[in-house]
Amino acid sequence: MDLEYTNKEKTFRDDIRAFIRQNLSKEVAAKVLEHKRLNREDIIGWHRTLHTRGWSGPTWPKEFGGPGWTAVEQHIFDEECTAAGAPPVIAFGVRMVAPVIMKYGSAAQQQYFLPRILSGEHWWCQGYSEPGAGSDLASLKTTAVRRGDVYVVNGQKTWNTLGHFADWLFLLVRTSSEGRSQEGISFLLVDMKSKGISVRPIALIDGEHEVNEVWLDDVEVPVAQRVGEENKGWTYAKYLLTHERVNIARLGESKRELRSLKGIAARVSSNGRPLIEDVRFRDAIAALEIEIRALEYTVLCVLSAEAAGRDPGAISSALKISGSEIQQTLSELKMRALGPRAIPHIPEALDAGWQGEPDGAEWWAALSGRYFNMRKTSIYSGSNEIQRNIISHRLLGL
Amino acid sequence: MQFEFDEEQLALQESVRRFLSERYDFESRRGCLATPWGSSDEIWQAFAEQGFLSIGLPEAHGGIGGATELMLTMEEIGRALVLEPYLSTVALCAPLISDQGSEAQQADLLPRVAAGTLKLALAHGEVDARYASTVRTEARRSGDSYVLNGAKSTVLDGALADLLLVSAKVEKGLAVFLVDPTAPGVHVARYRTQDGRSAADVTLKDLKLPASQVLGSGDATTALERAVERGIAALCAEAVGAMEATNAATIEYTKSRKQFGQPIGRFQALQHRMADMFVQATQARSMGILAAGRCAARGNSSDDAALRRRDVSAAKCYVGKAARFVGQQAVQLHGGMGMADELAVSHYFKRLTMIDMTFGDSTHHLGVVSDAILAESSQEEA
Repeated sequence: MDLEYTNKEKTFRDDIRAFIRQNLSKEVAAKVLEHKRLNREDIIGWHRTLHTRGWSGPTWPKEFGGPGWTAVEQHIFDEECTAAGAPPVIAFGVRMVAPVIMKYGSAAQQQYFLPRILSGEHWWCQGYSEPGAGSDLASLKTTAVRRGDVYVVNGQKTWNTLGHFADWLFLLVRTSSEGRSQEGISFLLVDMKSKGISVRPIALIDGEHEVNEVWLDDVEVPVAQRVGEENKGWTYAKYLLTHERVNIARLGESKRELRSLKGIAARVSSNGRPLIEDVRFRDAIAALEIEIRALEYTVLCVLSAEAAGRDPGAISSALKISGSEIQQTLSELKMRALGPRAIPHIPEALDAGWQGEPDGAEWWAALSGRYFNMRKTSIYSGSNEIQRNIISHRLLGL
Repeated sequence: MQFEFDEEQLALQESVRRFLSERYDFESRRGCLATPWGSSDEIWQAFAEQGFLSIGLPEAHGGIGGATELMLTMEEIGRALVLEPYLSTVALCAPLISDQGSEAQQADLLPRVAAGTLKLALAHGEVDARYASTVRTEARRSGDSYVLNGAKSTVLDGALADLLLVSAKVEKGLAVFLVDPTAPGVHVARYRTQDGRSAADVTLKDLKLPASQVLGSGDATTALERAVERGIAALCAEAVGAMEATNAATIEYTKSRKQFGQPIGRFQALQHRMADMFVQATQARSMGILAAGRCAARGNSSDDAALRRRDVSAAKCYVGKAARFVGQQAVQLHGGMGMADELAVSHYFKRLTMIDMTFGDSTHHLGVVSDAILAESSQEEA
C-alpha cells in the first residue's frame, strides 16, 4: 500500500501540466472555469491541439493511435486537464463509439473512423434514448428495414447531446421484433448529412441549447455501416455503457469545483464578513470535501485494482451515484453561496467578455443555471435508481 | 500509487479471519459477554500464540508487519465483533510505547504484550474536554518523583488493563506515566460499555511515582496526538469489517425472510437501501485505507502533520456517519428481529454506534476539517 504517486507518475504529471500551460488558450480556460458558453471551435480546437501531441484519445491503446497510458496515467491526465479549465473531451467519439468500433467494428470501419475521431474531423453524437425508451432502453422503436445494401431507418431519438455540432451519429435501431426486446436491436453508424435527418433543439431548464430531438425519416444507411452482427446491437450498446469505469465519477471536475466553491465563499460577504467564516456554511463545504475525499480514494482503489489486473466489476455504479450526488451538491452550494444574487437571470452574461449591469453578473450569473442543469447527472447514463438496481442485482445478488 | 495488498498481507488477514470464525463465533462470543469484563484469557493467549499481538511492534521486539497488517487485522476484529482489548493494547498503547518509550521500557513491556501477559489501556481523555485533547491532570515534580492528581474518563478497556498509560501536564508539555491500577492513590471505577466491552474512570489522588515511570523523555504531546490518530485509523478499519459483516447479514436475512408471499429482498425499496449501505461501506473502506496510509507515512513536517490530521479526521467523519447509517438501516431491514438480542445485527449496531462516539464523532471531525478549510483560506489571503 502506497498513497504516493511514483516518480514516473509525478514526471508524467509535470509533462501534462507543462503542455497545458503552453497550449491551452487562457480565454477558453476562463470560459470553462466560469461556466461561460463554449462554441464548437472552443471544444474542437482543444481536441486538435491534443491531437498534435498524440493525446486526443487518452484512453486509447497504442495499436489504434492512442498514447497507451495506464489507468493511473489517464486519471492524472484528466485531473490536470480539468483543473486547468480545458474543454471536455468529446466523449461520444473518443470514449463511447470508439471502444465499440475497436472491439466489434470491421477492419474497414476501424481504418476509416478511428483516425477521424482522433483528428477531430468527425464529431460524434448519440442516438440511444427515445421518447418511449429511457431507463427501459431496450424498448426502443426506431426501425431499420433492410432493402438491398441499405437499411431504411424511421423513428425519433431524443436527449441527443450536441448533435447540432455533430458529423456522425451512432444509432440503436430495431431490426427485428421477435423474441425479447433486447434481441432485435442493431448498432448503426450514420452520417449526419444523410437525407431525412432533422435535428430540433430541446429547450432545457437553464434556457441553454445542449440537447436535441433527432428525427429519422426514410434515412438510408449502408449495411456496411452496421457494427458487428444484425440483432446483436444490445451487446455492443451495453459494452459502451459499461466500458467506462472511472470517468463516470467526474472526480477531476468535482475537485476543481470544490476549489471554486471555496474561492466564492471567501469572496462573498455575509453581514460584512467573508462567508467562509460562517460555521454553518463552511461545515457544508467540509462535509462535501469529505465526500469527495471518499470518492477520490475509492476511484484510486479501483484504478489500483485494474492496474493489478483485477476486474472491479459493477463498482462503477457506486462511483456514478456518489459522483453525481457530489456534482449536484457542489453546484447547489455554489448557488447558495450567492445568497440573493442567486435570483437574477442574466443569460447574456454567460457570453465571454460581456460587461454590464447588474454589477458582478459576469462572474455569478452562470451559477443558478448550472445548479438547475446539474440535476441531469443523477438522471443520465443510467439514472441513479437504475444504478442501485445494478448494485443490488450484480453485487449483492438480490 | 498502489492500494493492493501483497500475498503475505492477505494470508495474514485470512488466517485471522479463519481463527476467529473457528474460535470466536457468535455463540462463543456470547460466552465472553457473560464474563465480568467481557474477555477471555484463553482467547487472549491464543491471540498471542497466533502472533496477533505482535502485529505492528518493532521487529527488534519480535514484531511482525506494520500499519497495513494492523488495518487488515482490525477489519477482522470488527467482522467478528471481538470484545478483547486489542485496540487498546496492540493498536493504541504498544505503538505509543514504541514511539515515546526508552529502549529499556520497550524491552520490558513490548515482549510482554506479544506474549499476552500485559494488557494495556490509554488513559488520556477527560470528561470536560469531551473530544478535545486538553489535559488537566497534573504531575508535579518533587525531587526524583512526581505527584499526580486528576481524573481520566471513559478509559477504554481500563477495567481489565494490567497497566495504564496516563497522560498528564508536566512543566513542559505532556508526559505519559506508566501507572499500576492497583497502586494506592489510584481509584479505578470499572463498568461495562454499551457494546459489551468494559471501561473505567480513573482518579489519581496524590499518586506518587518515581521518574522511571515516565514513558521516555521529552514532551509527549506529539506522540499522544499520533497515538490517537493511529487509534482512529484502527477504529475505521474495525468499523469497515463490522459494516461488511452487517451488510452481508442483512442481505442474507432479506433473502430468507418472506412476507406477502416472497422474500423481502425482492422489494426494490429494500434493495435500494442495501445498495446505499454497500456504497457507504465501500467508500468507508477507501477512507480507512487513507487514514492508515497517512498514519504510516514517515513525513513529520508541519505540512505533513496538517495533511495527516485533516485526512484522519475526514476518514473518521465519513466512517462514523457510514457506521451510523449502516447500523440503523440494518436494524430497520431486519424488522422486529433487528431489535432482538438474539441476532448479531443488534450487536453490530451497538458497536458501530460506539465506534462513532470514540475519539471524536462525525460532527467533531467535520469541525476539524472545517477549521482546516478556514485556515487554508486565510493562508491564501495572506
